Amino acid sequence: MDWNPFLIQFINGLQLGILLFLLASGLTLIFGIMDFINLAHGSFYMVGAYFCATLTFLTGSFVLAAMIAVGGVFIVGVVVETTIVNRLYRADHLDQVLVTFGLILIFDTLVQMIWGPEGMVIPLPPVLDGQFEVASLVFPTYRLLIIVSGLLVAAGLYLLVMKTRLGMLIRAGASNRVMVSALGVNINRLFLIVFALGAALAGLSGLLIAPITETSIGMGNAIIILAFVVIIVGGIGSIKGAFYAALIIGLIDTMGRSYLDSLLKLFMSVQNAETAAPALSAMLIYILMAVVLAVRPQGLFPPTGTR
Amino acid sequence: MRIFRKLLTGTISAMVLVGFSPMATADSVKIGFVTTLTTPAAVIGNDMVDAVNLAIEHIGGKMGELDVELIVEDDGFKPDVGKQATDKLVKQDDVHFVAGYIWSHVLLASRKSVLDAGKFLISSNAGPSQLAGKLCHENFFSTSWQNDQTPMAMGEVLNQQGVKSLYIMAPNYAAGKNMVAGVERTFKGEILGKDMTGWGKVKQVEFAAELAKAKASGAEGIFIFYPGPPGAAFIKQYQQAGLQGQLPLYSVFTVDSISLPKFQAANLTGVMGSSMTQFWAPDLDNPQNKKFVSGFKEKYGRYPTFYAAQSYDTIFLIKAAVEAADGNLDDMDLMRATMEEAAFPSVRGKFSYGNNHMPIQNFYLREVVEDADGVWTTKVVRTVYENHQDPYAKDCKN
Repeated sequence: MDWNPFLIQFINGLQLGILLFLLASGLTLIFGIMDFINLAHGSFYMVGAYFCATLTFLTGSFVLAAMIAVGGVFIVGVVVETTIVNRLYRADHLDQVLVTFGLILIFDTLVQMIWGPEGMVIPLPPVLDGQFEVASLVFPTYRLLIIVSGLLVAAGLYLLVMKTRLGMLIRAGASNRVMVSALGVNINRLFLIVFALGAALAGLSGLLIAPITETSIGMGNAIIILAFVVIIVGGIGSIKGAFYAALIIGLIDTMGRSYLDSLLKLFMSVQNAETAAPALSAMLIYILMAVVLAVRPQGLFPPTGTR
Repeated sequence: MRIFRKLLTGTISAMVLVGFSPMATADSVKIGFVTTLTTPAAVIGNDMVDAVNLAIEHIGGKMGELDVELIVEDDGFKPDVGKQATDKLVKQDDVHFVAGYIWSHVLLASRKSVLDAGKFLISSNAGPSQLAGKLCHENFFSTSWQNDQTPMAMGEVLNQQGVKSLYIMAPNYAAGKNMVAGVERTFKGEILGKDMTGWGKVKQVEFAAELAKAKASGAEGIFIFYPGPPGAAFIKQYQQAGLQGQLPLYSVFTVDSISLPKFQAANLTGVMGSSMTQFWAPDLDNPQNKKFVSGFKEKYGRYPTFYAAQSYDTIFLIKAAVEAADGNLDDMDLMRATMEEAAFPSVRGKFSYGNNHMPIQNFYLREVVEDADGVWTTKVVRTVYENHQDPYAKDCKN
């Protein structure tokens, strides 16, 4: 058997997983530590993509634009946290859902007003726009860049969370928020940092995907659902859980789209398989989530000492 | 917009003069136009509305003695929202014609509201097989095409070019299925694989897995249908995967005047040299098309899309009907008979209507070229079908 197509699909799945991880890591921290449901997390993903698109056309350099855009989204995160979100920590989840849903509408409309509905295609430098060949494997260079930069960020996050004082507080906050604030930690500042960091990660994820898909209004709303599935499967508040769950879901989604129709054709008619495969492959990750919720409701890798 | 506002003030002052009786609006022909004005697909809707406004401007805001009153509604890219908007136009605004509709699933959800109320329904884009066949109706007309026709022409092109095997990708909804059925109907070679990708609330824009499959299949070409924003994503990923030259691209309704400027800005040369079929192109040589394209470029500073061309035609189709009936909008039979003749000046040139009120028209092979100003546009290479009728007309009992 020729393993090349399989390997390519494996890398594709890995790349989707990495993107999901960048988005979900912020979401899981915000949900886990601050007990705050942020439906508007996907808006940061979109804002990151639009910032990067405009800056790429202004500066002429994608890499430079990406770096400035991440900083820009961090600042947007700070503004949103200090003006709106920090009033909602004591509110119940339904209020948070309502307000952050409103935020989605505001962000989507703002983007439409500023950038128009067209969406933008981000040009890449020729080095990144080509293909990468190893043995007989040909793979788009840019997708490898996503994997590498995602893994670097994951490693950085790991160091931050596991080896620094800030990380210790974040972990402590995820385990027992009340105790952390009782011990005299400035929980407001911690929350601000976590929220803005999460926003910046979402922005990074959005600007990384934009050169592949182009920017569009509401692009984050589609993927935020997947990010929620990731944090539920991985265990809410757990970076490690988000990492593994994102990879699992990225792989399941890609493999489902790649092989389910051939698999179904083995035991049903071609016509039925062609109809059933797209529907079933779209359901696979939700089936996984349902199974995890039934068997292990705390998620695959819950943060240690969860209440 | 200016003209719209002027019309509105005109209508309001008329209403005041006649003492605010609802009868006062009988001196205008009301056209409801349902299209997508939110979500990223709004860019298509805006293009259509721009074309309609241009058409109304070109006819001086009048059809015979009657003023034209345009009411635009947003379908939000969702069948349920589109149906609500249609209901509002029919019941509350009591329009005479309901036109527009980009999406087949939105049109299918909305058709009953219009037709049951005994009004004319004109599709300015969507051409689902159902409405061409079993669900055809005497009061339904199209200024576009039946979904299957354009891909059927593409299948013919593939045969002529000697392509032996094909990979197919399209979104999984009403029009996507029609497009695939269309190309499968005429393509004589082997189909080595097919992917119907997500098109529900969440539209799939990530095609890495499918492109890898397409490449591994060893097909000699790939046929795609990706209208609106996912099309740009597809082309981008197709180029990044290095398939240009290895897996020639044959597309329908994917490369248009909305996506081309973006491709050009990002220098996506992957579309250059790809083949597409269409009933119309900006360079079609007839007086009405020249007036339309140059007027559109002058007013909006860009090339019109085929969506715009069909919307422009919609106004002229209605105008012909209203003028034939001498402004008597109750004379449905006369207006219907006039529209059936398709005697109005169309941007596609002369065409006729089949029994199902779908156009019987030419289809052309097009390719992307740079125009004299260095702007990417499409031009006609040759005619693939002359006076082509859709395959569902025989199921229509009109």
